[in-house]
Amino acid sequence: MTATTATVVAGGPSAWATAAASVLQVGAVALGGPLLLGLMGKVRARAEGRTGPPVTQVLLDLRKLVRKEAVRADQASAVTALAPRLLVASAAVAAAFTPLVTTRPVVATGADAFVVVYLLLMGSVALALGGLDAGTAFGGMGSSRAMTIGAISEPALLVGVLALAVQSGTSNLPGIVDASLAHPGWLASPQRLLALAALVVVVIAETGRVPVDNPSTHLELTMVHEAMVLEQAGPDLALVTMGEAMRLGLLLGLLANLFFPWGIDASVSGPAVVVALAALGAKTAAMAVLIALVEVSTAKLRLFRVPELLAGGFVLAVVAVMTGLVAR
Amino acid sequence: MSGEVGTASVRTTEDVAAADLRARAEALLGAGFRLALVAGHDDGDALRVVYVFCAGPPDRRAELHLRLDKARPTVPSLAALSFPAGRFERELSDLFGTEPVGHPYPRPLVRHPHWPRHWHPLRRDAGPPPAMLVEPELFPFVTVEGPGAYEIPVGPVHAGLIEPGHFRFSVVGETILEMKARLWFVHRGIEKLFEGRPVAGGVVLAERTSGDTAAGHTLAYCLAVEDALGVELPEEAQVLRAVVVELERVTNHVADLGALCNDVGFGVAQARALTLRERLLRLAGEVTGHRLLRGAIRPGGTALRRLPTGAELSETAARVEELVELATSNTVVMDRFKGTAVLSADDARAIGALGVVARGSGVNLDARVAHPFTDFGPGPLSVTEEAGDVLARFMVRAREVAASLRLVAELAGRARSLEAGVAELPHRAGSGLGVVEAWRGTVVHRVEVAANGRLTRCKVVDPSFLTWPALSVALAGTIVPDFPLANKSFNLSYAGNDL
Repeated sequence: MTATTATVVAGGPSAWATAAASVLQVGAVALGGPLLLGLMGKVRARAEGRTGPPVTQVLLDLRKLVRKEAVRADQASAVTALAPRLLVASAAVAAAFTPLVTTRPVVATGADAFVVVYLLLMGSVALALGGLDAGTAFGGMGSSRAMTIGAISEPALLVGVLALAVQSGTSNLPGIVDASLAHPGWLASPQRLLALAALVVVVIAETGRVPVDNPSTHLELTMVHEAMVLEQAGPDLALVTMGEAMRLGLLLGLLANLFFPWGIDASVSGPAVVVALAALGAKTAAMAVLIALVEVSTAKLRLFRVPELLAGGFVLAVVAVMTGLVAR
Repeated sequence: MSGEVGTASVRTTEDVAAADLRARAEALLGAGFRLALVAGHDDGDALRVVYVFCAGPPDRRAELHLRLDKARPTVPSLAALSFPAGRFERELSDLFGTEPVGHPYPRPLVRHPHWPRHWHPLRRDAGPPPAMLVEPELFPFVTVEGPGAYEIPVGPVHAGLIEPGHFRFSVVGETILEMKARLWFVHRGIEKLFEGRPVAGGVVLAERTSGDTAAGHTLAYCLAVEDALGVELPEEAQVLRAVVVELERVTNHVADLGALCNDVGFGVAQARALTLRERLLRLAGEVTGHRLLRGAIRPGGTALRRLPTGAELSETAARVEELVELATSNTVVMDRFKGTAVLSADDARAIGALGVVARGSGVNLDARVAHPFTDFGPGPLSVTEEAGDVLARFMVRAREVAASLRLVAELAGRARSLEAGVAELPHRAGSGLGVVEAWRGTVVHRVEVAANGRLTRCKVVDPSFLTWPALSVALAGTIVPDFPLANKSFNLSYAGNDL
């Protein structure tokens, strides 16, 4: 695998250009994530026959929250303050070198699937610890549920990406995208389709959408993600919302580029980056609309059925890997 | 009005001595009566407890009157015979300071720990409310111990716009071992407010006893007043009243159908239900002049602005059918509903659950059948489901909407005018009972009127008071995230429970 990563680095653009591209990626995720959330809310509302809030509502909420005072529980330790920051930071670092706009991000050699998955996991764990920190019943309940779901969805994510890595001969994400661009025929291969199905399930679970979690509920006892962050308020809550939105943007962007890499920039030249940015926006928006439409047509699963769904995703991912190994 | 439909004729009253109370109650319960209401009265020189037992069809109502020594007001407890009796006795001891003798667990019910212990608001000499205690008495929750067992306290303030109630879950993992609902945060002293009002002035209180049951409570109140005054209403007035109460049933059931879907994250059905509910509220506004059906029913008569048309009713029926089809055809929704929070028929009977909850468990209690105040026609009124789970309660609502819409059409066809009643209410001392199948279940009001036309007492029993304990029973073995769904499927009133 080191051989492939070496080719990625060789002949790459200047360090400044890659750094600029990475900053652009983080910016795109930070702005695009909330917009994607807003878009999903809008699609849901329209499908249900409502007008719904504007697509920019999440951004407006963020602005409102940032202006508020930070209220923290008396009993809370530094973890409560740290968790949202760690969540945003981990998502930002992951966004910096995941191939979203360009396959030539900064430290491309480090952009390994394992690193990205573990960065996301770090954010999840930080949030779960933050949920436990104030010592409320809901926080602990939410953390417990989130970890139960995460314990199955994270391996499924890893194995799903691994199926692509087997096909491409590298676990380096820009490398996988480069290889996919070079071999358009791969996109219809069985292991790809299986892995796609697995990763869609994972993305829905990781971003807390119906049927795994219901982001719009006010019922404390049914919440997963919302229960964890009930104690967060003001700028802290803004960071949590931002971090979650960034993870949504990142995961959808990654999914889009791993399976449908068209339009992604491979040279870090001006016009190509603009095209790649537009392509990223279009692809993620299309996926967000699809997810929202699926959400409308289904209901939230009973909590104990969620592991069954995720286990299904995990099995698909494993089958994808095995198919890939057989096909080699 | 035909003989079997009257109200005054079927009520028997009997004075009992404390020593005979248990035997008389046992005989009535054995004869198929249920304890529908227990009301305390402060007659100045003595306390009096009225036990109202109901059975039907045919409509039978039996009252036992027990006089107590004011200096030492002890009541022989009926808790061993009837679970509702135990709760009524606790309510009685909070409000009147009586002592239930032989009650297995006579802890306070209505009395919030912030109330001073020896202040009994319905006593004549209670005086103005004293200052609340700064240090409340402790509320003993049953503690569940064992490896992995922990408690989740929820409420009384919730994230959504719902009434206040505290729920204490003892759970292992996600499975509920025990749930204790601590309600009684919304005591408004409604029964005290009734005292001394002219009978017409009681309507505003009845309409606000539980905001979503304005018509049901008002009708029960009016029937009780008319019973007390010996007024016979023209059949026409009763038909118009039935239209109003059935409209209330349809509106609330539709809202519940949507809310149940919303609680499993099925927003489309909720959006449709809300649209439909809004149409029904507007219809209610046109029919009675008030979206929540206030103002149409008054003691001695009924006045509507217009009747719902057949087209409106059949369109509503079709839309509800579509809504139910949308929900029942979704496998995830059905998976969530089916087998969740099962209340067995035996438990429902033993607890004395009423209305939708009882009928969802196969217990066919319906005051329209047992205690009809008008001729409800030939159609089957009551709907029962056997399973006792959330789905059964969903289906009872769905089928009742269809039945009620048919009934409204039939009643509206029978109505010849929009206004009917007696010209004037006589002044007469007496007592009266009103029993109505409101949308949630059987509402009972018992009034006593003085010769000057003013109320001396109005005792209200909302079905929620008798049905709340069934929720805890149904929850055993349910998982925590299914609680909101189970609670919504019961949809009991907090305000109607805590008067």
